Amino acid sequence: MALSGAHDRMIARAAREIAPGMVVNLGIGLPTRVIGHIPADFPVCLHTENGLSGIGPTLPYEAADRNLIDAGGAYVSTIPGSAFFDSATSFALVRTGRLDLTMLGAFEVAANGDLANWKIPGRFTPGAGGGIELAQKARRVIVLTTHTDRAGNPKLVSRCTLPLTAAGCVARVLTEMAVIDVTPQGFALREIAEGLDPATVAAATGAPLSLPEGEIPTF
Amino acid sequence: MKLPDKTTAMAEAVARIPSGATVMLSGFGVPGTPFALIQELLRQGQDNLTIIKNDANETGMGVDHLLAQGRIRRLITTHIGLNPRAVAMMNAGEIEVEFCAQGILAERIRAGGAGLKAIVTDIGRDTELTRGKPRLEIGGDSAVVELALRCDVALIHAARADTFGNLAFAATARNFAPLIAMAADMVIAEAEEIVPLGALPPDHVHTPGPFVDHVVALEALSEEYGVVRRA
Repeated sequence: MALSGAHDRMIARAAREIAPGMVVNLGIGLPTRVIGHIPADFPVCLHTENGLSGIGPTLPYEAADRNLIDAGGAYVSTIPGSAFFDSATSFALVRTGRLDLTMLGAFEVAANGDLANWKIPGRFTPGAGGGIELAQKARRVIVLTTHTDRAGNPKLVSRCTLPLTAAGCVARVLTEMAVIDVTPQGFALREIAEGLDPATVAAATGAPLSLPEGEIPTF
Repeated sequence: MKLPDKTTAMAEAVARIPSGATVMLSGFGVPGTPFALIQELLRQGQDNLTIIKNDANETGMGVDHLLAQGRIRRLITTHIGLNPRAVAMMNAGEIEVEFCAQGILAERIRAGGAGLKAIVTDIGRDTELTRGKPRLEIGGDSAVVELALRCDVALIHAARADTFGNLAFAATARNFAPLIAMAADMVIAEAEEIVPLGALPPDHVHTPGPFVDHVVALEALSEEYGVVRRA
């Protein structure tokens, strides 16, 4: 899937959430694309729940190792210092605060930080995989998603209507339109995509959006 | 002293699996899935199986063959999104599916393999997956009791095995293999290479031989083991 300029800027902006030294899990879909924006010499450890810390570059089919994939099924590689481990070890790492950051997709994010991203009853019922533990236990959860769904409905809502993945887990939402934090008072606009005005973002958001005082940084 | 030889012919090992058995399968997607053992199970005809595996593979691979032939009654799994047949059969009520958070499936299996009855966790407490499960208050916090899982038979793919059943796995093909190897009444491991005793250095053994009952040599790897070229 080719990304529009706005989406590409969103992914580039998302990469800036990763601080040196972090252990990071990038969820399937848009979050995986963040890898392409991390400089080769940037000190970070990427984790994938199927049993690898220190994910290296994704490989073309000709160069792929049939035994070496990420949780999304992409053929990845190791880098100096990588480690393999079993699934229990992999999630022990997730559940005990060793995972500094995860970026996940979403169907709905609520103003109280609730996340729904695994099931649409009657339409999409594949199971949650490792998503529940990532959402519930990563030290910081950032949702990376389009601002609205394909039908144009807001994904940022007052309350989730879909089955929850985890309650109150989301710290920040990054979309092609804006960077929005989940605060005790609800959604708060932090940054805005270049060329957009806050009213447009607020109109596409299904819950009250508080605006910062003064000029809003752009990305 | 000499360690016993557990090498067994494929057909003979799989013939020990009865219909109605609960069978754990290693593998996360393709890596680690014991495709040859599954093919032999298909050939022999066992049915009414309860399968415990991270996923249901993809169309035309592994678990999908068992589904297509109606051999599976119940599936305990974490994610079946890459297998439309599994989703359709679940929605049509043709198979029973129990979803589990991935790390909790691993821990339930590990608990079963460690001779424990259950684990207690806060994972999934906000979700419908834990609805109806027993709850405990621990330190003022609500936790869910998740029952340990064991099985009649674990079918495992190993990169290397010695004749005693010491196993070593390759890269991300390790995933659930060391866990299910401990949680089964009988363990059958297929191995890409069977080496003589002593050729697997003790420090490089991922699953110790005492857990393994039968070691089956793979003559050649079928296409299913290869790199999947997705459109």
